[in-house]
Amino acid sequence: MPDVASPQEPPTSHVSQTPHVPGEPHLMHHFDDMEQQRETATLGMWVFLVTEVLFFGGLFAAYMIYRVWYPTTFGVASRQLNIYSGAGMTVVLITSSLTMAMAVHAAAQGLRRRIMGFLGLTLFLGIVFVALKGMEYYHEYLEHHIPGHGFQIVGADPNHAQIFFSLYFIMTGLHALHMFIGFGLLLTMMYMAWRNYFSAKWHTPVEVAGLYWHFVDIIWIFLFPLLYLVDRHR
Amino acid sequence: METTEALALPKTHYLNAEYGIRSWLLTTDHKRIAILYLISITLFFAVGATFAGVIRLELLTPAGDLVSDDTYNKMFTMHGIVMIFLFLIPSIPAVFGNFFVPMMIGARDLAFPKINLLSWYVYVVGAIFTLVAITAGGVDTGWTFYTPFSTQASNSNVLTAAIGVFIAGFSSILTGLNFIVTIHRMRAPGMTWMKMPLFLWSIYATALINVLGTPVLAITLLLVAVERAFHLGIFNPAYGGDPVLFQHLFWFYSHPAVYIMILPSMGVVSELIAAFTRHSVFGYKAVAFSSLAIAVLGFLVWGHHMFVAGISVYSAMIFSVLSFLVAIPSAIKVFNWTATLYKGSVSLDAPMLYALGFIGLFTVGGLTGLFLASLGVDVQVHDTYFVIAHFHYIMVGGALMGYLGAIHYWWPKMTGRLYNEIWAKLAALTVFLGFNLTFFPQFILGYLGMPRRYHAYPPEFQALNVLSTAGATVLGIGYLMPLIYLLLSLKYGRVAGPNPWKATGLEWQTPSPPPTFNFDRTPIVTKPPYSYEQQEADLA
Repeated sequence: MPDVASPQEPPTSHVSQTPHVPGEPHLMHHFDDMEQQRETATLGMWVFLVTEVLFFGGLFAAYMIYRVWYPTTFGVASRQLNIYSGAGMTVVLITSSLTMAMAVHAAAQGLRRRIMGFLGLTLFLGIVFVALKGMEYYHEYLEHHIPGHGFQIVGADPNHAQIFFSLYFIMTGLHALHMFIGFGLLLTMMYMAWRNYFSAKWHTPVEVAGLYWHFVDIIWIFLFPLLYLVDRHR
Repeated sequence: METTEALALPKTHYLNAEYGIRSWLLTTDHKRIAILYLISITLFFAVGATFAGVIRLELLTPAGDLVSDDTYNKMFTMHGIVMIFLFLIPSIPAVFGNFFVPMMIGARDLAFPKINLLSWYVYVVGAIFTLVAITAGGVDTGWTFYTPFSTQASNSNVLTAAIGVFIAGFSSILTGLNFIVTIHRMRAPGMTWMKMPLFLWSIYATALINVLGTPVLAITLLLVAVERAFHLGIFNPAYGGDPVLFQHLFWFYSHPAVYIMILPSMGVVSELIAAFTRHSVFGYKAVAFSSLAIAVLGFLVWGHHMFVAGISVYSAMIFSVLSFLVAIPSAIKVFNWTATLYKGSVSLDAPMLYALGFIGLFTVGGLTGLFLASLGVDVQVHDTYFVIAHFHYIMVGGALMGYLGAIHYWWPKMTGRLYNEIWAKLAALTVFLGFNLTFFPQFILGYLGMPRRYHAYPPEFQALNVLSTAGATVLGIGYLMPLIYLLLSLKYGRVAGPNPWKATGLEWQTPSPPPTFNFDRTPIVTKPPYSYEQQEADLA
């Protein structure tokens, strides 16, 4: 073992740099400039969304396998769902993606009141979506479609239909959970906009929250046909 | 060039920059978070090792006399859960990745320091759930939580343990996410991908698996938990559910998880081989890309855990062929390390002993993996001690040896002090001998047909089991030794200086222990990694 460390010629040359850049109040200490900070935050959200794809991916895989195994039962069970409510929810959610995009656009221009307005509209539409989902859940409770002892279904194998409804509740429930997390993000962004945190130069949090919101929408875009539309052609 | 500066610890460094328990529990310094992880995973290593001790003691005699069969089931289950989810998966990434990823790329911190701290808290919450499951009577499903036993029959704390593992999984997702973004966005000027140390390549590959695999484990365990709590039928054959689907989903994560454990160790070995042969790693690009190849192939081989679970013979054949492919990038690494040894001037310091141990033991573990990937052989040795021996050669002989090598190599950087080298070499030898004595007999036991997960066995297996238990005792001593001399070195160790191994790499260009922001000035990288030949020429 070498006894004494001898300082060697460093294999690198150095450039002077201070951790704090004056005039950039939002720059965190470990970034060199705002551009790096923005790109880092955006990439972080994209990687997080990849993990979410895999998270829901396991459920989609399970759903598709059972759908292939039990196509008739899954068809009957799927037709129990309220397609009008489902279609309405889809319209509401896609509209909320539009308002979210408008909020990000307003943020890029540094229009504080417009950010708050569009975020508020997005939040409102999100709440409408979750309320409609809650009404559907209540309806399914009345129809005895909750898996468990009281489960009933006409015209299909109740065991296999329970698998459909188990997956239905887990998938839509996890999606609704993501909606609630989104509400928290929207409220935080509205608060930050209200406190005048954002400017045309720095509005990364709104952008990143927007990515999340669009992602939750896309999950629903896959859930809706899989759960509601999959057997309507018959 | 040689200066005779008296060695002293730097006046302020990350360890003494702030004092008090709050300065640790609320820190966002990646180095302090690494220390938090180091302490927590060491604790859980001790817990997991205790369960292993009970298992080996029970198997000393053919009769199931020390513990009941029920307790024995819980012992091997909790040994597996604790060692895999609370020790091996976090081990090198959460400790040495956290500490050295920013330093090796010349950054002041990871991309998301607060998320980094959050990941430790998430780990602790998951660990607490697991501890509650253990202390409230244990779990008896095996670490694999196979359904329908876990969802229908077992009356142990499956729910609590599954939730614990579910939560701990998010900790490794967050750590992996942080590493990926950091390596993409935070590299110092001049630190191109092809100038990155190989440790970073393997950490990057590991992080990819963390991010792509762990969510699937999370959703699988969530389904198990929901099915158990609400008596659903998703994996229950009585309702038309499919237990094999559970195995597919579970192994989609849990096979790649093996590479989460071994890839970081491979990265460590690359660093050690270069530093202690004073030679750049032979075939740098091949070694770098073989890490990515292992990460990708790792996702395509999960079916080899299910050869006897009722999958079709055609999918079994495909999974068998794909499993053989993993041998290619693994062999690329071993051959390139060996070529580096051949060209280099080898010095046998303690970290190097672990690296050499890794190469040997990993080769045994990897080659026996090929036995298991062959369909006919697998049917013979499936669920026997052959499998146990195989994966312990990978996870203990490989991953843990790499971990110990890493801690001996980077300890002077992390603490500023040197440990006792003689004791360290002795410990490395003890671990190597103890390990082989413990696990080699298990290959023979498995070949002879001793099944895993039984607390009693026919008397003709006793001699080999006694050998194995004796080896486990030696191994236990080998693990206690570093704990003692490393802790003693904190007080009595000689001051290490910035670069005791005369290693290249940015982490050695800053004082030991490093200051809070790692570098006074952002370094600009101009040389390739492992420029030992040039360093030797400069020193001559």
